[in-house]
Amino acid sequence: MDALRHLSDKVAVIGVGNTAYGSFPDTDEYGLAAQAFRSAVAECGIDKNEIDGLLVCRIPYYARMGEVLGIDPRWTMTMPPHGRMSGMGIVEAVLALATGQAKYVALLYANIGRSRRVNYGGDESPSVWDSFGFTSPGAAHAMMFRRHMELYGTTTRQLAEVPVAFRHHGSLTPGAVMKTPFTIDDHENARPIVAPLRLLDYCLINDGAVCMILTTSDRARDARQKPVHISGFGGRDSFKTSAIANFNIGFWNDEVEEAGRQAYEMAGVSHADVDALMCYDNFSPTVLFSLEGLGFCPRGEAGRFVEGGTLRLGGKLPTNTDGGHLSNSYMQGWALNVEAVRQLRGDCGERQVPGAEVIQYVQATPCSRSIIYTRR
Amino acid sequence: MTAYSKPLPRLDPLIRPFWEHAKAGRLTVQRCDDCGDRHFPPSPICPACNSDAQSWMPVSGRGTLESWVAFHRAYWPGYQPDLPYDVCLVRLAEGPLLVSNLLGGTEGAKLGAAVEVVFDDVTDTITLPKWKLTRAT
Ligand SMILES: [Zn+2]
Repeated sequence: MDALRHLSDKVAVIGVGNTAYGSFPDTDEYGLAAQAFRSAVAECGIDKNEIDGLLVCRIPYYARMGEVLGIDPRWTMTMPPHGRMSGMGIVEAVLALATGQAKYVALLYANIGRSRRVNYGGDESPSVWDSFGFTSPGAAHAMMFRRHMELYGTTTRQLAEVPVAFRHHGSLTPGAVMKTPFTIDDHENARPIVAPLRLLDYCLINDGAVCMILTTSDRARDARQKPVHISGFGGRDSFKTSAIANFNIGFWNDEVEEAGRQAYEMAGVSHADVDALMCYDNFSPTVLFSLEGLGFCPRGEAGRFVEGGTLRLGGKLPTNTDGGHLSNSYMQGWALNVEAVRQLRGDCGERQVPGAEVIQYVQATPCSRSIIYTRR
Repeated sequence: MTAYSKPLPRLDPLIRPFWEHAKAGRLTVQRCDDCGDRHFPPSPICPACNSDAQSWMPVSGRGTLESWVAFHRAYWPGYQPDLPYDVCLVRLAEGPLLVSNLLGGTEGAKLGAAVEVVFDDVTDTITLPKWKLTRAT
């Protein structure tokens, strides 16, 4: 019996908001986050002064953020600017609410990497391997995918199924940064960055911000929006080989499996109940690793599993229905959690998963996490 | 001879012995004097048993190819003339994983292929341990 079962459905998401996504050189993290915050507060209909919990991620200084928003919280937390922090931050907010440390928590994420011309490699992220020219998270994922190809015969055409499906979803998502569909052949002909990965396997780099507002489920009953419950979560970290950043020799399969098992047990659901998957997609191979880790297919078979449009709307497992990091916006997991909420509210229009009741978020990273959202 | 324009290792006290050994043509990893665990990059205490008794141990210079990639983008300008260049992941016969360059091309590369170290004197003070596929003779 999972020790956290008693926290299932105790916390709900009552407000979500985001900025437009693109290039906004005239503002900064605070300006972007403030816009997302206003939009989330407006839709849930609470007074912003009721917010007594603040979590900021990729925002330089929590106190300046609170000053901008005009709030003095009881509970404040800062997460570093790593993609894996979205899953971790949401779990922390659940715990703050469940233990009575806060009544309403606003989680804010902002990224202005496009306007600041962030490269995610080279001198920005020094490592012991620099003198061999090995750098960037993309290279680490290329290293894992080459290994997957060698071990299991996975092909780049199979890999292409991931970004092709997500671009289709981006084409249906208002405000997505990339909306022009492409084919598996287009993917095969795209420019290599760190082979075997190509440009279309790399996430976007864009500016934007996301806000989520969480409260306890009893308070959520009075909110304007239909509450979406956090029914399960789980995690496992993998730090022992951190010298090779963003790399895991076993594709984080063990860690994702454990995170998923904890989340399923806590939520009392299983794979067959999952109506859509929101999968951290910094690079397209991550999606294959996540599917295997969670057990949607056996290990080594994700390439075959995704063939034929499995991940597309209408497919067996609709995944990243907003286009994800590869087509919608590089909000490092936060926008995927927002998309889970909007799908469960039934707010997704053309890209709506009909009758969605259970949506799972997963991140296969050095801090693997999974969160299960429901509208029960 | 034009100046070497690629990144060079940072010689902090913890890792300096690795580069001094490399200069002398020896590939080394850190070994725990108490439990024998072998690791790289070095650690201030043994990650396996947390002992602080650590030594540098020469290794065989043989390993297996665990993966490889080809950089088509230069994250440092000094790499621009080398594009595309090959980077490999090697499991040393003695255990630790290393990232380095694969010299001589990737033809015949496969998972588990035998590789051997090659020392590349890139400056007067720095020698980089790189790798090549071991060819059957
Ligand atoms: Zn030891």
